[in-house]
Amino acid sequence: MIQRSLTLFGGLFVLILLMGWVMGAPFTSSRLVEAAAYALIALGLNIQWGYGGLFNFGIMGFLMVGGAAVTFISYPVNPVFWGGEGPAMLGKALLAFAGGALIVLAARKADRIGITGKWKAVLTVLAWFVAYVLYRSQLDPAAAYIESAAGGGWVGGLGGHPILGWVFGGVLAAGIAYVVGKICLGLRTDYLAIATIGISEIIRALIKNMDWLTRGTLTVSPIPWPTPLPQEFQAGGMNIANSLLAARAGYLLLALVVLGVVLWLISRAYAGPWGRMMRAIRDNHIAATSMGKNVTARQLEIFVFGSVLMGIGGAMLVSFVQIFDPSSYQPINHTFLIWVMVIVGGAGNNWGALFGAVLLWLIWVVSEPLSKAVFDFVSTWSTQFGWGAIPEIEARSAQMRVFVLGLVITIALRFAPTGLIPEVVKRES
Amino acid sequence: MTELVFFTNQVIISGLVLGCIYALGAIGITLIFGILRFAHFAHSELMTGGAFIAFLLASLFAAWGIVTPIPTGFVVLPIAMVLAAILALGIDKGFYAPLRKRGAKPVTLLIASIGVTLMIQGLIRLFFGAGSYSFFETEAKEVFRFDLTGIGSTRPLVITEPQVLMILVTFVSVLALHFFLTRSRLGKAMRAMADNADLAQVSGINTALVVRVTWIIAGALGCMAGTMLALDVTLKPDLAFNIILPIFAAAIVGGLGQAYGAIAGGLLIGFAETLAVFNWTMLLRPLNAILPDWMQLPPTLALVPTEYKLTVAFVILVVTLLVRPTGIFKGASS
Repeated sequence: MIQRSLTLFGGLFVLILLMGWVMGAPFTSSRLVEAAAYALIALGLNIQWGYGGLFNFGIMGFLMVGGAAVTFISYPVNPVFWGGEGPAMLGKALLAFAGGALIVLAARKADRIGITGKWKAVLTVLAWFVAYVLYRSQLDPAAAYIESAAGGGWVGGLGGHPILGWVFGGVLAAGIAYVVGKICLGLRTDYLAIATIGISEIIRALIKNMDWLTRGTLTVSPIPWPTPLPQEFQAGGMNIANSLLAARAGYLLLALVVLGVVLWLISRAYAGPWGRMMRAIRDNHIAATSMGKNVTARQLEIFVFGSVLMGIGGAMLVSFVQIFDPSSYQPINHTFLIWVMVIVGGAGNNWGALFGAVLLWLIWVVSEPLSKAVFDFVSTWSTQFGWGAIPEIEARSAQMRVFVLGLVITIALRFAPTGLIPEVVKRES
Repeated sequence: MTELVFFTNQVIISGLVLGCIYALGAIGITLIFGILRFAHFAHSELMTGGAFIAFLLASLFAAWGIVTPIPTGFVVLPIAMVLAAILALGIDKGFYAPLRKRGAKPVTLLIASIGVTLMIQGLIRLFFGAGSYSFFETEAKEVFRFDLTGIGSTRPLVITEPQVLMILVTFVSVLALHFFLTRSRLGKAMRAMADNADLAQVSGINTALVVRVTWIIAGALGCMAGTMLALDVTLKPDLAFNIILPIFAAAIVGGLGQAYGAIAGGLLIGFAETLAVFNWTMLLRPLNAILPDWMQLPPTLALVPTEYKLTVAFVILVVTLLVRPTGIFKGASS
């Protein structure tokens, strides 16, 4: 097992070197930084799916939450917004939200004053409606004002350190995961998958359209880096190629430190009693319940932990590319890709998830130039035979990554259903 | 009267059209769930693939110079449905049957269906690019305008020819499905297997045949839904991928495994989406004359802004899962 892992990681290392040689060091270095962030996200999913058997298909939502969080914390302050009436109007909207929440809570307690059954249901629906109208009546003018020139266009950031933004990304993702988990975790696997996809689509629609908060499709950039930018190295007299490498090496180092700490922590957790309990719940939750384990609470716990890693990973990705563009988030790129990473790597094994994340990210970015090369080759060949060239090679090869991703997962499910580095099941003899 | 006609145009007709498409898609999903017990995500690609098959056939017809009185898309639909059913059978044989034979869990099949989604979508994009196509490049899309000045409306009632045909075709196929499921031996076998697969097998039902028939129905209806959606709007590679969740919502709201529930759920979600983004001021405008000045209606009075249209389906989905996970018609429990 150890030998197999070492061989696979050695192969991955050779692949990275090869990529650096063919595609150039600056390209490879930024792909490695992204791979580190994706590895963190894959570890998050590995906790949820590999340790806990939870079917989270809403990864995209958590990545977006992380990205929005780091934008909010680290982007420079927008003085026009803070100087105008925006904050006061938002405060009112918040009060309206709190008022609405109180109305809904009160309606839910209606049985205390003797209203039960059908009437209580009617009252609850009515309370939700009133709360919604109350909130919208305050939020809509505030949003319209902030989006106008007088309001500053959007709320802007807080100007904090990006690392704080990462932490906030994790915290925000945890909060949302708690709510989502409370709602959905009682559901069976397929339902849970569909419900989480639905929630991540709701999150996407909100972030995309709340222009006053996130600037929506107008995108936010440049988002500051936690480590020195290439420009700062250039100011010190370094040439462009070296400054890019130096800056990315700095960022990669930081990402690797985070990844290392997380990996150490979750490996300890896996080996400990907590990890054993989680696997027991995953393998047979009825037996675990009968042993006195609080299955729902434990599952909620693991859902939140995994989502924290996803939030941090999403924040790292956004601050690395320096732009937050809500319309660039797609379920294929940000949910299914992560799932393929974990399943191909080996669910339940942290090293497997790590390996899968790096391998799949490299395959994902390489498949476009690779298929372009193949198409170019076939095209020249078919031209020689007089069949004419393949039209629109550029656009077509860009679409090939989706096919390659589907092919990889299909092959993996068929021939290595437990992954390349599968979970090691220890049994006491 | 103008307001009522506007309401009919904006809500009743478009809600019905959307509901029909959702319902046809949801029937396939719900049948597959009932028989094979997994959420089949690749259904969106059966729809898109079916629409592209129909598009190719329609282009062939146009190239041969065949002119039809109704849109060519509807003429080629039966052939496209047969081809799509064969495609669905092939997908099952190639991807799901080996996993089922190994005794894989439904979760594995769900992930496999996502792999199939990605592969088919990649192939469609490879051959057709990312652009959009229209069935009405060589022929005109006929629009019926009913002049209603007789009953005091300044606005005509507008419905397009594809929309009329779409509603008719959906109605006929739902009726056919109903008779198949209730009257034929095979349809009864399908319902028996959906209720209890083991019991169906020991009572001598040919389960392999039932599985095949399920895929044929799902593929054919998926192709129908995809083609009709493409006829109503435009044909794109991500045509059905974008609406697969509302379709799942329809299947779950109706109760997974229940064919009638899927129809009800589809119409419910379709109408809910159009009603939620409808601007009620347009309907209630005459009230402004009798309302006092301080209660005049605002220019837009919609439940949610238009950009959240698809979100309505997700909210209904989540609420259904919370309040009544078995759906309206008591489907498989969660």
